[in-house]
Amino acid sequence: MNNSITQYFRKEMFPHIWCPGCGIGIILGAILRAIHSLGWEKDDIAMVSGIGCSSRITGYVDFNTMNTTHGRALPFATGIKMANPSLKVITVMGDGDCAAIGGNHFIHSARRNIDITAIIINNMIYGMTGGQYSPLTPTGKFGSTAPYGNIDQTFDLAALAASAGASYVSRSTIFDVNQATRFIKKALLKKGFSVVEIISDCPISFGRINQLRTPVQMLEWIKNITVPKKVWDKLSEEEKEGKFPTGEFLDIDIPEYTERYQETCNRIQ
Amino acid sequence: MDKKNNIKVYKNEKTTITVNENWCKSCGICIHFCPKKVLVSNEKGFPEAKNIDDCIHCNLCELRCPDFAINVKKNEIAVEHSVNQKGLED
Ligand SMILES: Cc1ncc(C[n+]2csc(CCOP(=O)(O)OP(=O)(O)O)c2C)c(N)n1
Ligand code: SF4
Ligand code: SF4
Ligand code: SF4
Repeated sequence: MNNSITQYFRKEMFPHIWCPGCGIGIILGAILRAIHSLGWEKDDIAMVSGIGCSSRITGYVDFNTMNTTHGRALPFATGIKMANPSLKVITVMGDGDCAAIGGNHFIHSARRNIDITAIIINNMIYGMTGGQYSPLTPTGKFGSTAPYGNIDQTFDLAALAASAGASYVSRSTIFDVNQATRFIKKALLKKGFSVVEIISDCPISFGRINQLRTPVQMLEWIKNITVPKKVWDKLSEEEKEGKFPTGEFLDIDIPEYTERYQETCNRIQ
Repeated sequence: MDKKNNIKVYKNEKTTITVNENWCKSCGICIHFCPKKVLVSNEKGFPEAKNIDDCIHCNLCELRCPDFAINVKKNEIAVEHSVNQKGLED
């Protein structure tokens, strides 16, 4: 339909498998529009995912792609980047994939500040496996493993990445799709570990159990629970309850891992 | 099966809106969030550009469509519509 981004599709794979109204497709569009605006060649990009509905993204794009194991997109991506630092390496992870089973990989990729763009599709639930709560499920929301409401505190992945040593950190939503695209573009251009968390919907595994059954209800809800950083900073602790700030939290230039590695090689030769 | 027929084109002087009914999953996002209420749902839940004259080419329907099934083009100027140029400016 849309010539400029359909050029990146593995067209025979469409229509895609995601449920009606699933935000993963919106995020795929945002990623491809960001890449298109940069004019990058398909072969210069390596896209790596783990396991989950979100991770199926790599099946639909005609880049160098790898659909790896649950939580392990970043270790595989690290290997690719170390072997060929000239590649633009992008990981796409679900919130469970990134923050639960892959949590340590995420922290240490940030600590190393390796030049990888990490896009996190935060639908706040384990979508693929039927709605178990994840570390990003909001407190009080329901999941198939939280039938009385989730009592855990929600991880703030943006704050985590920023404090662990990343170069760029932002959060957007599928509702604010232009902003999400702009943040992805900045993350792609950034030398260093760059994180874009995008709050997404899962009308099936999250919506049904949380009285947000339709994609439209889910998007309206996402719109209501997110607040631009500037507004967020002025809210009282009570007003922040159940809300999430969006915007850019970190954008700094610090030494990158593959460059430091190369410098070390040069020094000892 | 010839699937070509399921590509619907709505057109007026200024605007062309294309809906790929082979890919559309009738999620309703484009219809609900169109700021000008250009789109209405047909009996199968596919969007129809009933009020195409009101379209302001914001492209939000296209950008928020999870299924790459709707495309909006402004007729008179040949601009690149897949990238919302305004949205990508810093
Ligand atoms: C080692 C391992 N443990 C558990 C699973 C089962 N599993 C598959 S996907 C998934 C979680 C999916 O949730 P998320 O990562 O948030 O992605 P989503 O499906 O929501 O996009 C789990 C636990 C697995 N495939 N491998
Ligand atoms: S289960 Fe949820 S995350 Fe998975 S495709 Fe369906 S809506 Fe999307
Ligand atoms: S481009 Fe904007 S105004 Fe036109 S149909 Fe789409 S959402 Fe509505
Ligand atoms: S947003 Fe896309 S998939 Fe959903 S109803 Fe509109 S055209 Fe169909």
